[in-house]
Amino acid sequence: MAVLLNRRTRVIVQGLTGKIGSFHAEDMKRYGTNVVGGVTPGKGGQVHHGIPVFNTVKGAVRETGAEASIVFVPPPFAADSIMEAAEAGVKLCVCITDGIPSQDMMRVKRYMRRFRYEDRMRLIGPNCAGVITPGQALMGIMPGHIYLPGRVGIVGRSGTLGYEAASQMKALGIGVSTSVGIGGDPINGSSFKDVLKLFEEDPDTDAVVMIGEIGGPQEAEAAEWAKHHMRKPLIAYIAGLSAPKGKRMGHAGAIISAFGESAQEKVEILREAGVTIVPTPAAFGPTVAGVLEQGKKAA
Amino acid sequence: MDIHEYQAKELLSRYSVHIPRGGLAYSPEQATYRASEIGGDNWVVKAQIHSGARGKAGGVRICKSDSEVSDAAEYMLGRKLVTHQTGPKGKLVSRLYIEETVDIRQELYLGIVLDRKSERVMIVASASGGMEIEEIAEKQPDSIIRAIVDPGAGMQEFQAREIAFGLGLENSLIGKAVDTLLGCYRVFRDFDAAMLEINPLVVTRDNNLIALDAKMSFDENALYRRPEISELRDKSQEDPRETFASDRGLSYVGLDGNIGCIINGAGLAMATMDMIKIAGGEPANFLDIGGGASPERVAKAFRAVLADKNIDTILVNIFAGINRCDWVAEGVIKAIREVGVHVPLVVRLAGTNVEEGRRILAESGEKVIVADTLAEAAEKSVEAMRAFAKRKKH
Repeated sequence: MAVLLNRRTRVIVQGLTGKIGSFHAEDMKRYGTNVVGGVTPGKGGQVHHGIPVFNTVKGAVRETGAEASIVFVPPPFAADSIMEAAEAGVKLCVCITDGIPSQDMMRVKRYMRRFRYEDRMRLIGPNCAGVITPGQALMGIMPGHIYLPGRVGIVGRSGTLGYEAASQMKALGIGVSTSVGIGGDPINGSSFKDVLKLFEEDPDTDAVVMIGEIGGPQEAEAAEWAKHHMRKPLIAYIAGLSAPKGKRMGHAGAIISAFGESAQEKVEILREAGVTIVPTPAAFGPTVAGVLEQGKKAA
Repeated sequence: MDIHEYQAKELLSRYSVHIPRGGLAYSPEQATYRASEIGGDNWVVKAQIHSGARGKAGGVRICKSDSEVSDAAEYMLGRKLVTHQTGPKGKLVSRLYIEETVDIRQELYLGIVLDRKSERVMIVASASGGMEIEEIAEKQPDSIIRAIVDPGAGMQEFQAREIAFGLGLENSLIGKAVDTLLGCYRVFRDFDAAMLEINPLVVTRDNNLIALDAKMSFDENALYRRPEISELRDKSQEDPRETFASDRGLSYVGLDGNIGCIINGAGLAMATMDMIKIAGGEPANFLDIGGGASPERVAKAFRAVLADKNIDTILVNIFAGINRCDWVAEGVIKAIREVGVHVPLVVRLAGTNVEEGRRILAESGEKVIVADTLAEAAEKSVEAMRAFAKRKKH
């Protein structure tokens, strides 16, 4: 079933009645996502674009049996919304919101430790494009038509660079099992390693493309894990070769502040772990095709 | 967002961190007046710029008389100081901080950062103050003490005590060190800081603990709830290109190349800049126009990029998801007609309504070099840039 999301997953939209929430809820429904409800405090009982609205996530989960939630709530209130979802028993929460203060995210991650690991909600994002299982369901803001259904997983920090990779693959007839955007913030829900684990265990995924960038320790951590535990081929690109030290490149997390955080250093670490490197951002398609071809020959 | 040393010290002093007596000055006359207010016969004149390593750049001077204070102020004010953190253009000195001198017995390092590995606040301390933390990490890695704070409970006294004893402080200083450490943590927490560095934190001959320097930066995502911090912003310390763009809601970082970039999404922007570099060019900037690229927004982006006089070519690379290529194309044409683009323009569109977007560009009659792929976009920009730079020379 690919990872995280399929056509049966029951999804609610937190911040449904806002402009952005409305727009994407409709888009997600059109793509085939099983949107069963929305949450906007004070608007419970209304029906918005054919979707029932609830005052609380608990109420929405109780009435609809929702297991997943997507958050379009503005930054000052987003952390609260994520914690509300965790408390209501939601299993997967995708937070699209960009601009959540770091201390709020620290609190969210601390709060989630209240739950036993097996019961803990999986958080994707914030500041991400979301999750798409092509041909089945979309929980996010990506354009569905650029993904071909298939057997390569994508995990990346950036939205549009993920689109670039998916469309280069589509041009060569290579499809995607699931694409997961983990977001550009310094503190995020799921790390590269967390998502690689899911793909490694997924019978519908044959290989994984990881799209990292400058800043933070997550690519190195993923490399270390993949070296020892991953049997499927891993292909990686790191953006920010031309980024100077100490300058933040758009994403709150994209800043080189310590050793091992520059693009060159990350590429070195990944290469040493046996990961195939995409040499330029124009080479996603050919590099993935090459790795799949090699796999076929070996088999 | 960075603030000045004197501003950071003022915040710290509210949380029982000891600082030297000092005052702010905008002119040599004010500087000598501040010195007389402080009293004594030794002062330090410190240039207030958003950078460390000011001492080596001539931005910190010890003075023994009124006239020395006045001379130092005269020398520093209006000067651009270049340190390894400011870039070659340096930063303009328009404020000075005049401080009493302190008899130093020992210099310590204290830093508070957001640790991305533990995803918590981390206190970093070392008995080898005065050096930069990178240098300490390299030369005396064993001297670095780290403590991670539980965001639910906050920093505890025992953690502060462990650090204080770890620094080898005398018993009589442990209480003061605990107050200082807890005070620093609270400032960091209460104002949504992203970084706080006291280097050096000094032990004085009369057995006090004093923050001799202070550097702070803040989480820009939290400024909406910290109006007091927002007011401390000093635009004179920013790259004017970046100020221009950020005042228009664009995410822009100025670089040293000559190919201007207008891109949607931070990751794609970095990747496009990398591609320019691989093709043999140098990007002039990072610019993410974000989602919802309305024609007005595209025009603003053109203005921001063209404000840089080094530009020899502009590359627009938009992968439209929520955006639509036809809207972006209309924005580009509007920008050409309203803003006026005197350099070659390369446009690459992909994603939603791409055919419609390309048709609009083709039928506009404007001189636009169209590229289909990322690689082509980078190659064509470098080619156009070289041709234009050559023409410019003649």
